[in-house]
Formats: sequence, structure tokens, C-alpha cells
Amino acid sequence: MVWANAIVQGILLGGLYALLAAGLSLMFGVMRIVNLAHGTLALLAAYVGLLIVQATGLNPFVAIIIVVPIMGLIGYAMQWGLLNRALTKGGLAPLLVTFGLAVVITSLLQELFSADMRTIKIGNLGIASIQITDQIYIGVFPLIACVVGVLVIVALQVFLSKAPLGRAMRATSDDVDTVRLMGIDNRQVYALATAIAIATVGLAGMFLGMRTQFNPITGDIMLIFAFEAVIIGGLGSLWGTLVGGIVLAIAQVVGSQINPSYGVLFGHLVFLAILAFRPSGLLPKAVTS
Amino acid sequence: MNTPVIHSHAKVKRSTKTSWGGLIVIVPLLAVLGLAPYFMSRGIQGNLTTLFSLIVMATMWNLLAGYGGMVSVGQQAYIGIGAYALVYISDTIGLDPFIAVPAAVIIAGLVSIPISFLAFRLVGGYFAIGTWVIAEVIHLIVVQFPQLGAGSGTSLLALNGLSPGRRIAYVYWLSLVAVIIAVAVTYLIMRSRLGLGFTAIRDDAVAASSLGVRVTNSKRFVFVVAAMGTGLAGAMIAANVLRVQPNSVFSLQWTVLMIFIVVIGGIGTIEGPIIGAIVLFALQQTLADLGNWYLVILGVVAIVITLFLPRGIWGLLSGNGKIRLFPVGYTLINPLDRFSLGKPHDAE
Repeated sequence: MVWANAIVQGILLGGLYALLAAGLSLMFGVMRIVNLAHGTLALLAAYVGLLIVQATGLNPFVAIIIVVPIMGLIGYAMQWGLLNRALTKGGLAPLLVTFGLAVVITSLLQELFSADMRTIKIGNLGIASIQITDQIYIGVFPLIACVVGVLVIVALQVFLSKAPLGRAMRATSDDVDTVRLMGIDNRQVYALATAIAIATVGLAGMFLGMRTQFNPITGDIMLIFAFEAVIIGGLGSLWGTLVGGIVLAIAQVVGSQINPSYGVLFGHLVFLAILAFRPSGLLPKAVTS
Repeated sequence: MNTPVIHSHAKVKRSTKTSWGGLIVIVPLLAVLGLAPYFMSRGIQGNLTTLFSLIVMATMWNLLAGYGGMVSVGQQAYIGIGAYALVYISDTIGLDPFIAVPAAVIIAGLVSIPISFLAFRLVGGYFAIGTWVIAEVIHLIVVQFPQLGAGSGTSLLALNGLSPGRRIAYVYWLSLVAVIIAVAVTYLIMRSRLGLGFTAIRDDAVAASSLGVRVTNSKRFVFVVAAMGTGLAGAMIAANVLRVQPNSVFSLQWTVLMIFIVVIGGIGTIEGPIIGAIVLFALQQTLADLGNWYLVILGVVAIVITLFLPRGIWGLLSGNGKIRLFPVGYTLINPLDRFSLGKPHDAE
């Protein structure tokens, strides 16, 4: 029963990891950029949310409505200001620029907020739970976070396959030169894709900030979790990312059940095992985009 | 583009005037540095040892990323392995510490071989984060061992038999030799057939592969050499500070330093990491009071350099590669050029 509970809790956390990873997957899919500042941006969103809640006393869920568009704008500006230029400078430049950005944001957060652990308080919702059996309880907040994560993944998938802009993104990913001949400005498509990616990571950051404690270097581990979810699930597939997030979270929860200090390590080991024995991930896309 | 006309008596030249001129500067400089313990204070020797460890690790990161195209964010793994191996081999096994250093280097290289098989399943940015995860795993495993001091680390005791003056001087000399080896190895690799292969891989991996460049083997060779060199830097750090603490030796900060040094100094050049390390070290001394702002400034500078000055400070100083202290390219001396307006054909 302890293990059944661990798996249920893992699935709930996994939905949130998938939300965290979706933006990383999207940016790689459209631009082949691996954004090393991804985790730090999730954390930036949590701090912005914390500031808003502390300054105005708003309900954290209302604050999300403000934080997500702010993060979207930051993403848009980041793509126009830095990454579109970096893309013209060869393969290493986007990595070096996003790595530099991660260090800059982390150091600024440390200067402004110190290394103290913070959390976004959500009151009684944090402890409310639904009893399933004697030993299995589902927390209301983890359930909300998981459902939102799954909904965002579904919405992104529908957007990419149906909406005109989503189709433009896939087309740009396939053949940027042809897309430009068709009158689409690829830089604009890139900026919008990054805006969406950073908005979703902002949403994930808010939920993580409400769920756990964080400090400025938590962003490092957020990037690693997002990356592990993407690789475990398989590159180029948002459904894969969802499965990857759940598998990673179950491994972590089961690991910490065995020994509290093993949680993160177990997640890493599952990731390495996938890398060794099934490098294309659990749900690889049939045709690589 | 003009089709170059190449005369049958054309020669390929590898050294340049500036590289011979550079020798006139480098040899006396090394002589002065070699004699430093006889006239410099212990504090300065300690500082120079730190600077030398930065040069070694940055030179290795540049070999990996600047020449090999592999951006690793997990090189702190080898800093930690080198440091722990030195302490374990000299204190627990009881080997002479200065024999333990090459042993630590070999251990770092051996560990990197299985790692390469995992990491090479990923490319580009995913390779970067993958190496980072592997470094985290090594960190998390090391702290499980009480023999290695678990979470609190351990001290290097084997050098206690020496007087402080001798100990600092010996570690200083060790570090100076390490810098010479790291730069010489990088130079020799890049001048060799392997280096030529890397230039080809960098320009077009598929074409290089079809022409017979063994892409994966070449990359693995460089990955292992970089691990050994970074392990050497880790051993130097442990010998300098006499203490190994897991959270500090396995810290991402080491790789942050390596990347900033290489980008600021000039990625893909042998001179760049040396210049970058000196600049960063000078900044560390002067901006230390700024705390977090120090890293903010470095990060912004690194981003600006990546976007607007891809060859870094050395690119500026050398007039974009006209001056070379360590020439790794080929310059074609074509007798027909005297009659044409073309420039010397230069391939690097």
C-alpha cells in the first residue's frame, strides 16, 4: 500500500514536471535551442509571484494571471533581443547565451532575495486532501497542479496541430528557408514560440513555488528535472514529455520512500538507465521533426 | 570568389613570425615563473597556483567545446574526482602525494570512458545538461561513502610532513608544470591529424565522416583528455587548499568559471583561455567585494562577447587571428601569389 501511494503521489507530481518540461520541449522542437536558463526562468516566475502576493495580498491563483503574461513578454523579448541573434552565430552561441543568462538571473535573485528558502503561501489548500483508501490521500493542491499540467500539454498539442500559428511553428521547424519564401517571418515565429514556452514555464514555476520551498539556486535542479522528463519521454513528443515527467516523479517518490536522501538520485538513475538502454525515450516520435 | 591558382612549388608553412616572436617572450617568462618560489611571497605563490588551476581547467574546457564542439556543463565531476582521488590515494593508500597526482589524473580519465558512452547518446544542448546530471550523480554517490568523509568532506594530510614554505613551493611548481602540460597537449592535439579532423568535424560533421574522419572516436579521445586535465586541476586545487568538500569541489561554479574564462578570452584559440583566466583572476581580486554583482557582470560580458565578439579578447588583441603564439593552422606559401592580387591561402 505504501508503494501504491508512492505511485499515486508520483503521478500527481509528474503532471507538474511535464508542465515544467513542455516549454523546453517546445523551444527545442521549433528552434533546436536548448534553453539552459529554463529552470531559472521558472524560478524567476515564482519570485515575481511571491512579490505580487506579498505586495498586494492577492490570492496566489489570481497572481498567476498576472505572472504568466509577464513571463510571456520576457520570453518574447529574450528571443528578439538575444536568441534570434545567437541563432545566426553558430551552434554554440545559443547555449552560451542562455547559460550566461541563467547565471545572471540566479545571481540577481540572490542579491535581491538572499539564499533564504521561500514559499508562496496558499493557506489551507496546501494541506487539504481527499481520502481514497486508508493509506492513500490525494492532496487537493497537487491534484490541481497535475490537472493544469495535463491540460496545458493537451492545449499545446492541439495548438501545434490545428492553429495556423502552430502549423507555422512546425513548418518553420521543418524547413525555415521555404517558410520564409511563403512570407512568414521566422524570427517572429521564434519569438512567439519562446513567449509561449516561457509563459508555460512561468505557470509551472508558480505551482512549484506554491508546492515546495525554493531559493535562487533551485532553478538548477528545475532545469535538470525538466530535461530528464524530456529525455525519458522521448524528444519531439509532448505526450512523451508527459509520460517522462510521470516516470521521473514516480522514481523520485519511490526513491525517497526507501531513503529520504535517495529521491533525486533515483530520478537521475532512471534517466541514465533510459539513456543507456532506450536512448530514444519511452514514446519517441515516429518521424523526427 | 577567385579560384586559387596553386603553383607546383607551393609550400605549406605552419609557424608564423609571431609564433617565433612569441617564443622569445614565453621562454624567459617561464624561466621567471619557474624561479618564483625563490623570490615571491607564499601568498603570491598560492594566488598563482589558483590562477594556474583556472588556466588548466579552462584550457581543457576549450579543447572540449571550442575545438571538439562538445559544450559540457558537467566538468565539475572531474574537478571533484581529481581532488578526492588525490586525497584518497595519498592519505588512505599512502602513496607519495606527488605520485598520487598522476594517479588521480589517470582515474579521472578512466571514469570518463564509461561516462562518454552515456553522454554521447545526446548532442548539443542535451549533451550539456546530460553531463551535468552525470556530475550530480557522482556527487550524490560520493557523499554516501563515510570513507570519503560523506557530506562534510575530508582533509589532505599527506603534505603535513613538509614545512609550509616547501609545501607551497612544491604545489606551485606542480601547478606550473600542469599548465605547461595542458597547453602543450592541446597544442599538439590541434596540430596533429586529429586536430585537422576536428576542424573538419566542426565545419561539417557529415562531410568529415564521409571523408574518413572517425568522428566518435576523435570526440571520445578529446573527452577523455579533457577529463584527465580537469582532474589534474582538481588535484591542484585540493593540494592548494588542503581540504576537499563535496559541495565545493562538485559545484557547478567550476564549470561556470571555465565557460566564462573561455568565452571572454576567446573560444577556439589556445591563447584565449590563458588570457581569459588572467582577466577573470584580476577581476576576482578587484571585484570580490561586489558579491553577486560580480557574477552578474561576468554573465552580461560573456553574453555580449558571444553575440558581438565571438573570438573574445584574444580575437581583439590578435587582430582576428593575424597574430598567433600557438599556430595550429596551415598557411600556404604560393609562389604565384606574387603575381596575383590574392591573399595567402590560410586554412585553420
